Amino acid sequence: MVLVEFTQTVITGVSVGCIYALVALGLVILFKATEVFSFVHGEIMMLGAFIAFTCITFFHMSYILSFLAAVFITGLLGIGIERLTVRPLIGEPVFVIAILTIGLGYVFRAFVSMVPQWGTETWGFKTPFSDQYLRSGELVIAQDLVFIIVCTVLLILVLAAFFRFTKAGVALRATSQNQLAAVYMGIGVNKVFTLTWAITAALGGIAGVLVSPLTFVHMYMGLFVIKAFPAAVLGGFSSIPGAIVGGLIIGVAESLSGFYLPEGWKSVTPWIILILILLVRPQGLFGIQEKKKV
Amino acid sequence: MALLTVKDMTLRFGGLTALNSVSFDVEKGEIYSIIGPNGAGKTTIFNCLSRFYNLDEGTIHINDRDITKISPSAVSNMGIARTFQNIELFKNMSVLDNILLGRHRKRSTNLLKEIFFTKAVKEQEMRSHLRAEEIIDFLELQQYRDQMIANLPYGAQKTVEIGRALAMEPEILLLDEPSSGMTMEETEDLSFWITDIKEAFGITIIIVEHNMGLVTSLSDRVLALSFGEPITIGKPEAVMEHPEVMKAYLGDEGAFA
Repeated sequence: MVLVEFTQTVITGVSVGCIYALVALGLVILFKATEVFSFVHGEIMMLGAFIAFTCITFFHMSYILSFLAAVFITGLLGIGIERLTVRPLIGEPVFVIAILTIGLGYVFRAFVSMVPQWGTETWGFKTPFSDQYLRSGELVIAQDLVFIIVCTVLLILVLAAFFRFTKAGVALRATSQNQLAAVYMGIGVNKVFTLTWAITAALGGIAGVLVSPLTFVHMYMGLFVIKAFPAAVLGGFSSIPGAIVGGLIIGVAESLSGFYLPEGWKSVTPWIILILILLVRPQGLFGIQEKKKV
Repeated sequence: MALLTVKDMTLRFGGLTALNSVSFDVEKGEIYSIIGPNGAGKTTIFNCLSRFYNLDEGTIHINDRDITKISPSAVSNMGIARTFQNIELFKNMSVLDNILLGRHRKRSTNLLKEIFFTKAVKEQEMRSHLRAEEIIDFLELQQYRDQMIANLPYGAQKTVEIGRALAMEPEILLLDEPSSGMTMEETEDLSFWITDIKEAFGITIIIVEHNMGLVTSLSDRVLALSFGEPITIGKPEAVMEHPEVMKAYLGDEGAFA
C-alpha cells in the first residue's frame, strides 16, 4: 500500500514535471537562440488552453483538432509577437525586451477577461482521457497524466531530431552559439528569430492544452510558469536536456512533498531544491560555465 | 577585370574617419595583404567587405556585381568567406560540426524532404561530409575531429576557423590576422596552407597580418594603410621599403637610423 501510494505520487509528479519541462524548454530555447527572456510565455500557454476550450465547447471540434488549432494559433501568435513588438527592439538592452514581455502578458490577460465567453471565470473541458484510468493491481493512474507524459516524450524526440538533422534546426543551434558567425555562414538571423518565437510559442500552447485537465482554464493559469523558472535555472538555463531534467525534478519533488509533508511545503519545495543545487553547482545541473582565460 | 573592386571606400564613426577613400582591386588567384599600424583600419576594411558596416561612400563590386548594399547573411552567397581576429566559432560544437556548418548555404532542401530523408538529401549530406573530411585531413585536424571547440588549443581553433571558411567553397577568403597567437611551428604550417589554398583550391586570399615575414613571403601585392588612408600598393619588397610606410611604422624621426 505504501509502495502504491508512493508510485502514484511519483507518476503524478512526473506528469506535472513534464509540463514544467515543456514550459522550461520553451523559455530556454527562446533564450538561447534570441537572448530574450520571455515573461509572456505563461499567457501564451493560457491562450492555448482557451483556444482549445473554445474549439471543444463552442465549435464542438474533436480534441485532436482543437489541440492542433491551439498549437497553430499560438505559433502564429509567436510570429506576431516577434515581428510586431520584439524585432523593433533588437539591439536594445535585454531588460527592455523582458519588460515588454511582462507588458504583453498583462495585455493578453486583459484581453481574455474581455472576451464574452471567456471572462474571469474558471472553465474546463473534457478530453478523450477524462475519467479514464489505467489499473494495475492496486495502482490507479488517470489517463490524462499518461497522455501528458507520452506527448512530452514524443515532442522531445521530434525537437531533438529537428535540431540535429534539419537545416532550420542547425541554423537555430548555430545562431544560439554565435550570432556573428551564423550570419557569415549565410544564416538569416531574423528568420531564425521568427522561427524560434513560432516554435517556443507553439510549445507554450501545447503545454497549456495539456495542463488544462489539471489546473483548469482561467486567466491566471499563466502563473504556472513561475514554477518552470526554477526548472529552467536548475538545468542551467542554457541546456535543453537540463530543462527537461529540471522540470521532472521540480514536478516530482512538488508532488512528493505535497503528499508526505505538512501543508504549505508543496509550493516551497521547488525553491528550496533550486537554492540547494545552486549552492553546490552555481551553473545549474547541465549548465556550461563560461570561463574567461585571463 | 578584377575579381574584387573597391572604390572610394569611406567610413566615418561620428567625427572620426576610419577609412578615407580607400580604393583597390584584387585579381583572381592573388594573395593580397593589407598592412598598417594598429588602428589603421585593416579589420575595418574586412568588416566593410563582409557588410558588417554600411559604407558612407564608395562601392564594392565582385565580378562586376555591386555588393555595397547586400545583407551580411548574403555575403557568403557572393563567394566571400572570412575568419575573425578573435575567433568566432560555435564553441559547444565539435570541430566536424563547425566545418559542416560551413556547408550550410549549400544545403538546399526543405523540411518535407528532410523528414523523409530523400535520396537528394542523403547525397547532399554525403557530399558535405566528404568535403568536411577532406578539409580536416588537409589542415591536419584529425586528432581534434570530435572534440568541442572550447577544449581546443588556441592555434587549433584558428585552424578550424580557416577550415570552416574553406568548407564554404568561397571565391575569396578573408583572413584576419591568421598568425596572431600561433606558435612558430603553427605559423610555418599556416604559411604552407595559405599557399596551398591558393594553388590547390584556386581561392583568392586577402590577408590582414602583422607578421611581416609572412606577408613578404606570401603576398603577390600589399596595400599599406595609415590612419584610414592608403599609403601605397605594390610588390611586398617595394611596399616595405616605401618611406611613408617606414614612417607610419617607426614614426617621424626614423628611430632606426
